[in-house]
Amino acid sequence: MSDILINHVYKRFAVPGNEVVALKDINLDIASGEFVCLLGPSGCGKSTLLNAIAGFSHPTEGSITVGGRPVVEPGPDRGMVFQEYALFPWMTVFKNVRFGLEVKGVANDVADARVRELLDMLGLSEFGERFPKDLSGGMRQRVAIARVLALDSPVLLMDEPFGALDALTRRSLQDELLKIWARLGKTIVFVTHSIEEAIYLADRIVVLTYRPGTVKRDIRVEMPRPRDAASPEFNTLKRELSRLVSEEQQRHEAAERAGLTTD
Amino acid sequence: MRRNTWLAALQGAVVPLVLLAIWQAASSSGLVNAKILPSPVAVAVRWWAYLAPAEPYDPANGGYIAWLFSGELIMDAMGSLYRVVMGFLVGAILALPMGLAMGASRAAFRWLNPLVEVLRPIPPIAYIPLSILWFGLGNPPAIFLISLGAFFPVLVNTIAGVRQVDGIYLRAARNLGAGPLTIFRRVMLPAATPYILSGVRIGIGTAFIVVIVSEMIAVNNGLGFRILEAREYFWSDKIIAGMLTIGLLGLAIDSGVTRINNHLLRWHRGLEH
Repeated sequence: MSDILINHVYKRFAVPGNEVVALKDINLDIASGEFVCLLGPSGCGKSTLLNAIAGFSHPTEGSITVGGRPVVEPGPDRGMVFQEYALFPWMTVFKNVRFGLEVKGVANDVADARVRELLDMLGLSEFGERFPKDLSGGMRQRVAIARVLALDSPVLLMDEPFGALDALTRRSLQDELLKIWARLGKTIVFVTHSIEEAIYLADRIVVLTYRPGTVKRDIRVEMPRPRDAASPEFNTLKRELSRLVSEEQQRHEAAERAGLTTD
Repeated sequence: MRRNTWLAALQGAVVPLVLLAIWQAASSSGLVNAKILPSPVAVAVRWWAYLAPAEPYDPANGGYIAWLFSGELIMDAMGSLYRVVMGFLVGAILALPMGLAMGASRAAFRWLNPLVEVLRPIPPIAYIPLSILWFGLGNPPAIFLISLGAFFPVLVNTIAGVRQVDGIYLRAARNLGAGPLTIFRRVMLPAATPYILSGVRIGIGTAFIVVIVSEMIAVNNGLGFRILEAREYFWSDKIIAGMLTIGLLGLAIDSGVTRINNHLLRWHRGLEH
């Protein structure tokens, strides 16, 4: 059963005196419960695609449906985790996680119990009354994950969520995410530019090309979890993906030298 | 920590004490005319007389507490404080919704901002003649002037506060299913509070300046009135006592406001922002 259907999606941006084609004829069919990583250098449109699935921006052409419904606006059926955490700094951890439930109109005691359960699941029970400013980056991202899990959405969208974290924190959050995914059976679309992260996490890795963003390669990762980054299979795949990504990175740099872009 | 605060307090007292000593020496030696600059001791004596109840305690005229606070200074300070609070409330209550609207809606901003930009540079003092024409004498013109003084700082900071709200919070809220009203109330408003509160602080400061001026023209009590009255009798010791009272009251108000702000902004990274 497919959960996310991306059909001939184009995204064009007008820039002064020019037009950037960020996405060109993207077609993806993501199954329910699948863990998909979108991989590519910056400027390949992976975040643009994720934002389109989230409903923050609309494709210029084509359509996206999630759970059979066309995406028209952001909604709690597609919980998003941002790289910058985006926690509300004026709310305690508990209130942050509770926010989505309050918006939904969930009864107070039910919401409280649910929040406690989520905080427990993410190892945050002790931090309920803290404000985000008093937490480390890794803890903040745990809160952000708890906050979208509270929505109970079938789809999780993650935009380089661990990009700002140190290697050890990153690995522990990756493991945590895999555990949650195995337990709750969410469909996850995860944007990253880390090849290793993509191989460690994904069922399927979609490599995007640098402008215009197209699907360069769609690879299924069959290795059993937990995956060993030192294993020969891991490294064969890593070499393959490195080649694909660095081709695109070189196109990006060439474009930069030609003065076509600044990012 | 505690030791350091004491040391800091001690250090802060050095310069004022030295200045007081020089002042006292200049007065005692007859270097300056006491009518122009009275000695610190004379000011302190006058201050006490200004503060202390005028009549001896008489239970027939009410309770002990009422008698204790029946001094002229207390009455003046209460009068000034009342005007500051009323004027500030009127100004802030008008400025806050207008600032929120102008910050959140481009259309509201386009409609109202030109008018605001023209009116804002006019100091409240310039409204004195009109305020007397419109409101006569007494508290109404004073409160009008003070509310003008408080209005613009609160307005301008509220607009800036709403405008600087980081788009990522709005995106997160929309993603969590919040509608426009919830986003406004639970995201934009709290995200703008650091700015709004610094506007409040500036607004109260301005209100305090304007109250002194307005009391010099329209009313017959209050700290501003009292120092002008003292000048007519050449009571320079009372003028200085009144000025120091104004300074201390201003300091007390500002530190009170800062305390409230710090409590409201305990989630915020920096306390002063």
